[in-house]
Amino acid sequence: MVTTEGIKRSFLISLWFMFLTFPIMVIRVNTIENVIEWRWKNMMIVGIGSFFLSFVWRWLIGRKEAGRKKSESGDSIEVPPGQRIMEDRRFYVPGLIMLSIFVAVFPFVFSAYQVNIMTTALIYVMLGLGLNIVVGLAGLLDLGYVAFYAVGAYSYGLLNYHCGLGFWAVLPIGAGLAAIAGILLGFPVLRLRGDYLAIVTLGFGEIIRLILENYNEFSFGPSGIANIPRPGFFGLEMSLSTATVYLYFILIALTLFTVFVVNRLQNSRIGRAWIALREDEIACQAMGIDKTKTKLTAFALGATWAGMGGVLFAAKTTFINPASFTFLESAMILSIVVLGGMGSIMGVIVGALVLILLPEYLRGLGEYRMLMFGITLVLMMVFRPQGLIARVRRTYKFEETVRQDR
Amino acid sequence: MLKLSNIQTFYGNIMALKDVSLEVSEGEIITLIGANGAGKTTTLMSVSGIVPPKTGEIFFMGRPIHSLSPDQIVSLGISQVPEGRRIFPFLTVMENLDMGAFLRKDKDGIRKDLEYIFALFPILAERRNQPGGTLSGGEQQMLAISRAMMARPRLLLLDEPSLGLAPIIVRKIFEIIRQINAEQNTTVFLVEQNANLALKVAHRGYVMENGRITLSDSSANLLSNEAVKKAYLGI
Repeated sequence: MVTTEGIKRSFLISLWFMFLTFPIMVIRVNTIENVIEWRWKNMMIVGIGSFFLSFVWRWLIGRKEAGRKKSESGDSIEVPPGQRIMEDRRFYVPGLIMLSIFVAVFPFVFSAYQVNIMTTALIYVMLGLGLNIVVGLAGLLDLGYVAFYAVGAYSYGLLNYHCGLGFWAVLPIGAGLAAIAGILLGFPVLRLRGDYLAIVTLGFGEIIRLILENYNEFSFGPSGIANIPRPGFFGLEMSLSTATVYLYFILIALTLFTVFVVNRLQNSRIGRAWIALREDEIACQAMGIDKTKTKLTAFALGATWAGMGGVLFAAKTTFINPASFTFLESAMILSIVVLGGMGSIMGVIVGALVLILLPEYLRGLGEYRMLMFGITLVLMMVFRPQGLIARVRRTYKFEETVRQDR
Repeated sequence: MLKLSNIQTFYGNIMALKDVSLEVSEGEIITLIGANGAGKTTTLMSVSGIVPPKTGEIFFMGRPIHSLSPDQIVSLGISQVPEGRRIFPFLTVMENLDMGAFLRKDKDGIRKDLEYIFALFPILAERRNQPGGTLSGGEQQMLAISRAMMARPRLLLLDEPSLGLAPIIVRKIFEIIRQINAEQNTTVFLVEQNANLALKVAHRGYVMENGRITLSDSSANLLSNEAVKKAYLGI
């Protein structure tokens, strides 16, 4: 493994890094005393660190290449370990039981802060699963997904402010309004694909945000809507901590519902039509698949979950303003889908939990938090471009027995 | 059964079909032969509504279909095997076949047709759980034809089934086309560059040049026609 060639390359890399980081790591100008500090120690650390890290890096890349060669040569029928565990009854039944116990006792064991961030993460699970329909299954790159999230949140905020409607009444209304917004966006972009679609959806997301920001009479502008009530339980008065736990369980239930629906959709004819449409539009038309209807259902169903997520978000924070619905949010949800594994339900759930919880738990690292977060994202994409848990559609079975699947 | 009268189809400003008229009767195998860019594929695309004609009329079973959407046309009983096969590479063979039956709801009928197809192409039964993209070219062509057959069409539009396949496979596929035509009474509209083979299978043929139909006759006559021989049969 350690060859002269490798040492030479690592040495050059460490030299390069020392040169690159020289201005920020070594020179410090003290503007008060007008002196320049030379921190040569830092340069040593950078040099030695990058020298060793480059070995690790090359080893990992080598391993990845070896893995790819193996899968190209055809003996990749082996199922990835994650999938194997999930398919083995001996593992997944106790696993599921343990998971549900953990989920059930979670709010009573951990602090309110933990419950709160978990609730946020679960909202993102819902958003991720919704966007997964549009991006993962139908293959329509939607960069303005946050617009539907905003529609849901503002439906609750405004309907509650003007008509006094409660959480449970608005939940389906918000979902419906978001679905309508999805169809409205869907119509003009029917003919677009790829980059062009991404740009138009990006613009749509910004339009919604700008309307909310500037149309003061309608949406109260940048000051937003405050005092949105938390979800009620037959008019019961709840303390803040009970309400937090209650919301947590609402989200658990809704997440399960989402997983159930998305799973059914994925294995239904319409789900396969989405995948088919992503792969070949002309062939789809030749099969009699209505392109317009199929694309619009994908947009509408994707937006529905965003609308529900928005209502939940408004109920959780009790305050909404347009600053919560920036492009960054869309990018975050898209990252959840891509990092988790496009088209894979488990992947999206894990992706959402990792992407939302990681920055929270990295708070211990203080100012390096976002740096570590960024590094994690880059490493994940380099080493697992198919996502954390890739969708496994391969079911190679060469037996003669007629297996009636689906 | 199918009647095209004075069809003109455009790609943007470019006129691909110039006053095309032709007729297909029930139970026939009709072939449309011609060189690259003659407008053969466009003719099929116009019939299936994917590239609708700008002027002219298309009738299917006496019904005008030139202004219907592709899915409505499929539901009337016209199914297309697109050029270059265009199967769904990431869907399994079974799922590909199921997409062919997208508009159908009769589960028993679908199962029966599936059995028929698996009897026709046993290799597809063997590979039913494999993604379409892992099949060989010939198997993909079989899958494309089967997928179109799953819609139980009255008229099957076949676009260059011989494209990029070994001669032995091509002959086998043409054999199957004839079998489908005979057994299922499916009318076949075959577009081909391999004029020799196509004319041997078909009952009648049309010759297309630069977006116009230049000749139409029975296959036997076309095979012995001096001009066709020279231009398309390489004799």
